[in-house]
Amino acid sequence: MKQSNKNVKIFFGILILLLFVILLENISAFIPGLPMVFDPMSPLFTVLKKAAVYSLVAVSMNLLNGFTGLFSLGQAGFMLLGAYTYAILTVPSNMKDQVYYLFGGCAFKFSFVDLFGMIFGSTGVGGAVSMILGCLLAMILAGCVAGFFAFLIGFPVLRLKSDYLAIATLGFAEILRAIFQWQRLGPVTNGANMIKGFPTFSSFNITAPSGAVILRLSTFVPFLITSICVLIIVLLINSSYGRAFKSIRDDEIAAEAMGIALFKHKMLSFVISSFFAGIGGALFAMYVANAQAKAFTSTMTYEILLIVVIGGIGSVSGSILATFLYVACSEWWLRFLDSELYIGSFKVPLLRNGFRMVVFSIVIMVIVLFFSQGIMGSREIDFSGLFKKKTPIKERKQDQ
Amino acid sequence: MEYIISVLLSGISVGGQYALIAIGYTLVYGILRLINFAHGDVFMVAGLLGIYLTATLPITVSLPLVIILTVLLGFIIERAAYKPLREAPRMSVMISAIGVSYLLQNTATYVTGGQPMTYPTISFLSDTVNLFGTQTKWVVIITPFLVLFLVVCLSLLINRTKVGMAMRAVSKDFETSRLMGIKINSVISVTFIIGSALAAVGSILFFTNYPAITPMSGAMPGLKAFVAAVFGGIGSIPGAVIGAFIIGICETIIKGLPSSWDVSVFSDAFTFALLIVILVFKPQGLFGEAATDKV
Amino acid sequence: MEKTAETLALHIENVTMQFGGVVSVNDLTLDVPQNKIIALIGPNGAGKTTAFNCITGVYQPTNGLIEFMGKPIVRNHPSGRTLKTYKGENAGKYAGESVLSPTPDEITALGIARTFQNIRLWKSMTVFENVLIAKHMRADQNVFSAIFRGNAAEEKRMRDETMELLREQGLDAYKDELATSLPYGLQRRLEIARALATDPKLLLLDEPAAGMNPQETLELADFVREIRDKYKLTVFLIEHHMDLVMNISDYIYVIDFGSEIARGVPEEIQSNERVIEAYLGVSEAE
Repeated sequence: MKQSNKNVKIFFGILILLLFVILLENISAFIPGLPMVFDPMSPLFTVLKKAAVYSLVAVSMNLLNGFTGLFSLGQAGFMLLGAYTYAILTVPSNMKDQVYYLFGGCAFKFSFVDLFGMIFGSTGVGGAVSMILGCLLAMILAGCVAGFFAFLIGFPVLRLKSDYLAIATLGFAEILRAIFQWQRLGPVTNGANMIKGFPTFSSFNITAPSGAVILRLSTFVPFLITSICVLIIVLLINSSYGRAFKSIRDDEIAAEAMGIALFKHKMLSFVISSFFAGIGGALFAMYVANAQAKAFTSTMTYEILLIVVIGGIGSVSGSILATFLYVACSEWWLRFLDSELYIGSFKVPLLRNGFRMVVFSIVIMVIVLFFSQGIMGSREIDFSGLFKKKTPIKERKQDQ
Repeated sequence: MEYIISVLLSGISVGGQYALIAIGYTLVYGILRLINFAHGDVFMVAGLLGIYLTATLPITVSLPLVIILTVLLGFIIERAAYKPLREAPRMSVMISAIGVSYLLQNTATYVTGGQPMTYPTISFLSDTVNLFGTQTKWVVIITPFLVLFLVVCLSLLINRTKVGMAMRAVSKDFETSRLMGIKINSVISVTFIIGSALAAVGSILFFTNYPAITPMSGAMPGLKAFVAAVFGGIGSIPGAVIGAFIIGICETIIKGLPSSWDVSVFSDAFTFALLIVILVFKPQGLFGEAATDKV
Repeated sequence: MEKTAETLALHIENVTMQFGGVVSVNDLTLDVPQNKIIALIGPNGAGKTTAFNCITGVYQPTNGLIEFMGKPIVRNHPSGRTLKTYKGENAGKYAGESVLSPTPDEITALGIARTFQNIRLWKSMTVFENVLIAKHMRADQNVFSAIFRGNAAEEKRMRDETMELLREQGLDAYKDELATSLPYGLQRRLEIARALATDPKLLLLDEPAAGMNPQETLELADFVREIRDKYKLTVFLIEHHMDLVMNISDYIYVIDFGSEIARGVPEEIQSNERVIEAYLGVSEAE
């Protein structure tokens, strides 16, 4: 079958990518004298990690906004739920009193990592197994919590029209942010303070008993999780349900008349998107090594939305490509705009702190205004032939 | 009792300031069906302009100049970021608005260096006055009257003038108005000019009462004003004003509740909870008209 | 006409639809017998499409009863939420029953499919996908089996049936074209194919000949009869094109300003004074 052949290709493509990531992160340990860029502390790896995390969130947002036509701005709220769920469930038991010292300890005394540790042991290989299982379970629960809240909030808001839905979901995210900073919930959320001490990406590095790193996996982990999640989203989009989502996006009234239960399918898309946003939130917490409600602002949602727009609304590969470009530009390539620069005695004008973001937002405005299709439009990068269009004509019309 | 009066007074004052922003949202939404996410940031920029201009110019010159420059900003934003997308899907325009908001915030961060800026003391607004036994600033007293005055002027403009009639026609039916020869683009520009001017006035009143402006200062009042507009029934000016007063008062009451309850974090969240409740139970708001889709 | 439940596909009784003060459909009562082609005609704005929207669940009628294959699908009466007085002849039959107001997808699931007056194909999708999506409703699958391809057999069946349907409708040559890139006549035909993909018992066609040239209109008449026989359908159509209506209809209802002004076989309608006055006269003068 052609389809399964393609799936095998995609599978191997991802496998090669993951192996490449492992190689890239460890190459400097084996071949000394490589350029600075290959150093595990270089911005390259910060960018890769952050972009891997953001890709998942961007793709999950695209599932909702691009493929189902639901203009939701609640992504940061669902990330927040995921981040906190993950953090609360994985902070080691012996760390909890220290993290929650203001509230006299945490309401959740246990930690998944420790629970598995009781079965597999907490040191050596057993410790690694229990950490992986603990984190995995916490991450899945992070998704489930986000999905469950999406299910609850979906009942009132999914009946709303486009822009009202946007503002209601945005409001919902703000409400969540306030609730998580409430001092009364301190024993669970640590109030307005951050939760830290849980396993992060670098916890997955394989180390010798002496503490020396044998194999770095801190970039590989987010890539692996994002790959699996994105793969599931792509499988969904290409399934019968994905087609139903697209029909709702194209014409709701026609979709309903052809027997597609609008509310059920919108809810499905909303819950699944939020589930993955929750996992994305957990990954984000691992990336920044803390969970704090203050971080999940509406600006974060806007940022992800703009990434989706740059990549092309309705293109998964576009979203991923745009995320890597966006993160690389903001964290690395355009950094020079933020520092004063002298050529000889001539001071280059304008360059100082904050200029990078100005340039950046101008570029974004140009894309929004003049290249509204984004990088990919609604096409996808075809793995079998580079940049080949998937279907002959896919220029989406601008009317709605 | 004095405490209650002071809470109520400042609630009315905050509400009035929200009302001035909310009118901008409601006018634009009425005509373009666009949530102008950048409107709150225009309000923030007006605040910053106030700081920079009063630093060099006397108040009598700088305040009118703030209003003029803000109007210019609103006009330029509409021409540059929304006009090219007139035929595009509504979502694109909204994304463009978010982009503008992002740009304004980042530019403000660049210009101010990210530091909170202190709003100048405008003598007749910041002076304190004793009312019913509570100390309060003049601005608190002036705001509701000024809002009322401006709303009356605006209503006269909309109901009695030719451009007002055009605005009403466009908000009723965009396409037909265009066919009838109404210059859509001028009407939209006028809408943005009015909205921005009111936001500038609002910013002077609002920030006089607040210690500092940051680049994010516009986002929350902006969103709240939008909620007020939805609450009152989007497109309706009296609705927006009443909605804004209700939200302003509720917010100050929540902030004024005993601190042992720890509920002050919910002063923002409350607004959004109200929004969701309104959208679910009365999506057309208090004074809005229900719309039906044609199949 | 006979009025037994076994032979009626659709029975509409005292249906009224009000929007504010405007009465779009006023006390409409009509029957659509199985395996027949019935037409609903009337001048522009007579309320024909509104009647269709009441049947398909887009609107909930202000008052009235709609039965499909002898079972009530839409009804509104005193005990119901809207508290409008239903005074139809079957008022007693459903006394005490609650209001029924299914959503359009539930109506489609019962076996009523429709096309739209202003074609509503899914713009970003191909001809094949447009028909395939209509198969989604009846597929035996859930979201997990769909993601992890546990529904492979079902998916294959859907694709095969879609291909079969496209072949039967002569659209297979265009299957990978964007639906909106087809010529107008074919777009109409695709809409019908898409409606057929939902396995309907009753097909509602909203002005199927609008925008077609005389040749296409002629073909359409044969086409409608053909699909009626082939898929054992009942067809209920709204049409402006008099030649077509007179040619294919077994029975015709005429409405104006929301109310029925005439009913009968084509010959009767052609010679009905009121119809000529209200409708045909105007139409002829155009």
